Amino acid sequence: MAQKTIAGKTIDVTDEGYLVDASQWNEDIAKELAKEEDIELTDAHFEVLNFIRESHQKGEVLTIRKVGKSGKTDIKGFYQLFPGGPLKKASRIAGIPKPTSCV
Amino acid sequence: MAEKENSHKIKKVCIICAKGSIEDVYASLVMANGAVMEGMEAKLFFTFFGLDAITKKRMNKLHTATIGNPAMRMPGGLPFPSLMGMLPGVEAGVSTMMKKQMEELDVPPVDEFLDMITAGGGEVFACKLAVDMFKLAKEDLSEHVSDIITVGDFYELAAGEGSQIIFT
Repeated sequence: MAQKTIAGKTIDVTDEGYLVDASQWNEDIAKELAKEEDIELTDAHFEVLNFIRESHQKGEVLTIRKVGKSGKTDIKGFYQLFPGGPLKKASRIAGIPKPTSCV
Repeated sequence: MAEKENSHKIKKVCIICAKGSIEDVYASLVMANGAVMEGMEAKLFFTFFGLDAITKKRMNKLHTATIGNPAMRMPGGLPFPSLMGMLPGVEAGVSTMMKKQMEELDVPPVDEFLDMITAGGGEVFACKLAVDMFKLAKEDLSEHVSDIITVGDFYELAAGEGSQIIFT
């Protein structure tokens, strides 16, 4: 575990850069984390991120399929919003743990 | 792990599916989808009985073998008598159960799985030799199939640094 100062706040992160405590997250942190992935966050991104955070809070296991059925975006759109590994990147930016699902 | 420096990263996987049982097809689909999810290129090549997975009429009716499958167990883990596997309806029942259990883990039916893979940029191909052998045509195959190709075309697709061929 490491600490990282981002958007003026010190947060705990794992070796792979995922937030340890989802409650330390805020939108400015998300924007900074997204920049590390070369993603400029828009409202469309935040809709997905909020959906991901909500389902994480409910204790659900996140899958690409669930995001595709969320009504916030479809699977193609999800890949376009977070290119090159949408589930992992979106989870990291949303401040939730690394996804454990194989689908 | 993805963040760790590794000069031999896998950039592309070419997966060959030659068998048509639920578990063989899903092994290929899960591997391909997983690759796309990780941002890799993925090519799926279906040949011989694997073609069932991309044949419109059969793709959502795959079965798992209840005869000649030594790993088959009853619910609860008791041995599954081979003689029982022969009874009419048993294979269908077991197959339905397999699909139900996968659905619970958010593993979609075959057509939807192909949707997911192609939505992420993966590509699906049918083997020309097997298509000819089974007397199929392009219109018998799922709309997700980009092309019917030869083994030579397949190797061309597989070319490149960081590319792997996987036979499931």
